Amino acid sequence: MLRFLKNFGLQNWTPIDNPLMKTSTLIIRTPEGIVFSQMLAGPVTRFLAWFIDLLCIQLVMSALGIVFGLFGIVSFQFAFAFYIIGLFLMGIGYGIFFEWSWRGQTIGKKLFRLRVVDVEGMRLQFNQIVVRNLLRFVDQLPLFYFVGGAACWLTAKSQRLGDVAANTVVIRSPQLREPDLDQLLAGKFNSLRQFPHLAARLRQNTSPMEAGIALQALLRRDEFEPVARVETFADLAAHFRGKVEFPAEATDGVADEQYLRNIVDALYRTK
Amino acid sequence: MIVDLQRFIANERPFWTELEKMLNHIEGEPNARMSLQQLQLFHLLYERTAAGLAKITTFSAEPEIRRYLENLVSRAYGEIHETREKQRRIFPVQWFFTTLPQTFRRHVRAFHLSLAITIVGCLFGGGAIAFDPASKSVLMPFPGLMQDPVKRVQEEEKATHDRLKGYKATFAADLMTHNTKVAIFTLALGMTWGFGTILMLFYNGVILGAVAVDYMRAGETKFLLGWLMPHGVIEIPSILIAGQAGLILAMAIIGYGSRHSLRARLRAVAQDVMTLIFGVAVLLVWAGFIESFLSQYHEPVIPYDLKIAFGCVELILLILFLSRSGRRKADALKSGVETPTGTSNGMGPFVRAAGSSPSTAGKDACRCGVTVPEELRPPKLDAH
Repeated sequence: MLRFLKNFGLQNWTPIDNPLMKTSTLIIRTPEGIVFSQMLAGPVTRFLAWFIDLLCIQLVMSALGIVFGLFGIVSFQFAFAFYIIGLFLMGIGYGIFFEWSWRGQTIGKKLFRLRVVDVEGMRLQFNQIVVRNLLRFVDQLPLFYFVGGAACWLTAKSQRLGDVAANTVVIRSPQLREPDLDQLLAGKFNSLRQFPHLAARLRQNTSPMEAGIALQALLRRDEFEPVARVETFADLAAHFRGKVEFPAEATDGVADEQYLRNIVDALYRTK
Repeated sequence: MIVDLQRFIANERPFWTELEKMLNHIEGEPNARMSLQQLQLFHLLYERTAAGLAKITTFSAEPEIRRYLENLVSRAYGEIHETREKQRRIFPVQWFFTTLPQTFRRHVRAFHLSLAITIVGCLFGGGAIAFDPASKSVLMPFPGLMQDPVKRVQEEEKATHDRLKGYKATFAADLMTHNTKVAIFTLALGMTWGFGTILMLFYNGVILGAVAVDYMRAGETKFLLGWLMPHGVIEIPSILIAGQAGLILAMAIIGYGSRHSLRARLRAVAQDVMTLIFGVAVLLVWAGFIESFLSQYHEPVIPYDLKIAFGCVELILLILFLSRSGRRKADALKSGVETPTGTSNGMGPFVRAAGSSPSTAGKDACRCGVTVPEELRPPKLDAH
């Protein structure tokens, strides 16, 4: 299994309980013992979201320029004064306004499905939003959020300095797509489905990571060298055979790769 | 173990939908209060959904349902376990005259440190100019300050036209925004364990000391006071308060002598840091107006004595404001209701709990964290 993880470049997956270790997931344990996780956004996605926000700010600033330009016909000095203040408030207040109004999202964050949340899963407070946005002054030093980006790389939960000070993190909610199971099974008979209670136990005993590895192995089966393919599927089939023992009539004469297809079908196809 | 996933989802979905509805309602109307029955129902739905999540989590192939439930549980968890006050109402006058000065006084040692660093900077800058006048170009590389003080005073006093005519508002806006940016930067540099904040305060002190000694050496002390005092008595303390906020942040990061975690320390000061920086912004708006509309006008337009007297009055009012305003309420807080973090509420500088005064703000701080006893739980909801 470890060899397989290594083949997929997943050897760096870290235990969730070590707060100092770099992790891609925010794990919250409630006092009731429930654990829920949220994916942390990386610096690149955040930078792209910030770039969209920057464009929005520029757009509004241009609009402000036109509006105050017209107002300048009446009084140039007051129009220009309001324009200066408007630019300042826009630059500082954009993030604060949207993150407060949209519960941790700006336009850019919405587009990239990002959200600012409290690091302990609590309700996001106004002071947290203000502090994280004001500390952009340091994060954006010396240019293009270099300090903030470096802090993201270095901190365990991908936090820029503003996030550290405000106890916030930025999470990502990617749109999940259903795997194309028909491509794997194409109308073939699945002998494991004759035993629904065992299939249910299999689903119960299999972690999402294990299911994902089995699915990825099948989807990428043609990329393996012939010998590696046989070895990999033998390893995986043995691993899943150890989870639930199906009767011999369901497994006899079934090749390792076919067995894994049946396993994936039992795991993923719920209808 | 879930044998039939479809049936499980069909059975549980009404509870999830109901919880989602309640969450949308709570989030959409933060000032609304739930009745005890609604709270019980909310808690029941949270527990049921959390149990559903626990079951589905081991279900390897249902990522969408899991994500949906995680979202619901995390939102409900935030509402139930959050003990900081939930406030949205804005009370700017109450905030300005009570919360701000109280917060300032609570961290007055950080202000003293900020003041001390600036004074050291002043002494350094003043000493440098006194002993080596040629260092002026290094210490004050600004065209406006490079000029010979005597020459400048002569030019200002002989001026026959208003240099700022038609630009006063623009100049004021420019000053306000620039000074506020400097203040925020001074605060934000607290994240560098305070080194950046200390440098900013010291450098401001150096320039201030250098300018002061430069004008005093030239015998233009009265002009200097008339020029700087009307806006400086507000502007300089504002930067000191921004430095105070930066040092509070730095002390929370360093955590010397504290047993709390970094996260807890930063959480404890976030509210106060925000209060101080908003206060600084308000003070700098005033200073910007004064600098543009008053400070730039000298004798014979406005007598220096009048400007100095105006500055003195402002300084006395500022000292009274910071040391006295909201004092009685602060004493009341000290007598029992003040939270361990020192903040009377958790939401914002301008806001407090709907219907609660600052002195009672702590009393219902935990009203969201109600745990419904078993015997009080409503009967199980029918799945359909």
